[in-house]
Amino acid sequence: MKDLSMHILDIVENSVKAGATQVVVDLNYHDDVLEMTIRDNGCGMDTETVKKVLDPYSTSRTTRKVGLGLPFLKMNAEQTGGAVQVESEPGRGTLVSATFVTTHIDCVPQGDIPATLALLITGHPDINFRIRIAKSTGSFEISSEEIKEVLDGVPVSHPRVNVFIRNMLKEEI
Amino acid sequence: MSNKVKSLQDLRKMRDELKGKINLREKSDNPDNLVQIKVSMATCGIASGARETMNYIIDDLDNQAIDAVVTQTGCMGYCYAEPTIEVTLPGEEPVIIGNVDTKKASEIIEKYIKNGELVDGIIPDTYKTIDNK
Repeated sequence: MKDLSMHILDIVENSVKAGATQVVVDLNYHDDVLEMTIRDNGCGMDTETVKKVLDPYSTSRTTRKVGLGLPFLKMNAEQTGGAVQVESEPGRGTLVSATFVTTHIDCVPQGDIPATLALLITGHPDINFRIRIAKSTGSFEISSEEIKEVLDGVPVSHPRVNVFIRNMLKEEI
Repeated sequence: MSNKVKSLQDLRKMRDELKGKINLREKSDNPDNLVQIKVSMATCGIASGARETMNYIIDDLDNQAIDAVVTQTGCMGYCYAEPTIEVTLPGEEPVIIGNVDTKKASEIIEKYIKNGELVDGIIPDTYKTIDNK
């Protein structure tokens, strides 16, 4: 993955596949550390599966034998001195948390985080996302529910809505 | 926070504009009377540039004021041909097109979405939509 925002997109796809209806994306910036947490209410995993998810040669897919989303995240986090943590419980959901030391020379760029978050909200109309961004200068929170309520039947996946959310997040982040 | 309130007010204005333009027969996020585009957004797609493709499609449709719904889906199983998109024109069967970079995306919008002309790069398959596979 070329940048951190792509990891968000990638890890959330796991939540989608796990049948989640709620996904919370937390981005916490403190000093030179970015803590990225993705929490879902999907089907979850048993302890045995949790142990294996960081192994690239393990996947729930049947079409091929590799699953690289979480291993890539682990590699990019650990090469900055950060770490990845996965907690899960069958039937309850999963939490993936990654820390990156952003000043480390091996930290990949952040990428276009506003565009990525906008794609999540408009790309998955059936999932309720809650996005929370906390920085030393203040915090911001928005959810798919709030946006859909305002839209009142206009599809959240309409291109104009995406561009609107992207610009709104750009001002806030 | 006052910024957010203002943003949501702006969103309300935009909704009213869109409502006048789109004929919404029912409240739905997948209206059958709009062009539907699904972008395959798994690890393979993202690594090949699916996010850039999706952003480009959204910007281009918005600039040309074409009404559509653009959503994401998981791995379609065509990892060799990422980024892959599925386009469903109203009343038509879905079509999957592979290797969609921004240039190809522009061609798809100009030829297929606007004029119904098929383009190169279609992945032939007999299926319904990817979600039922």
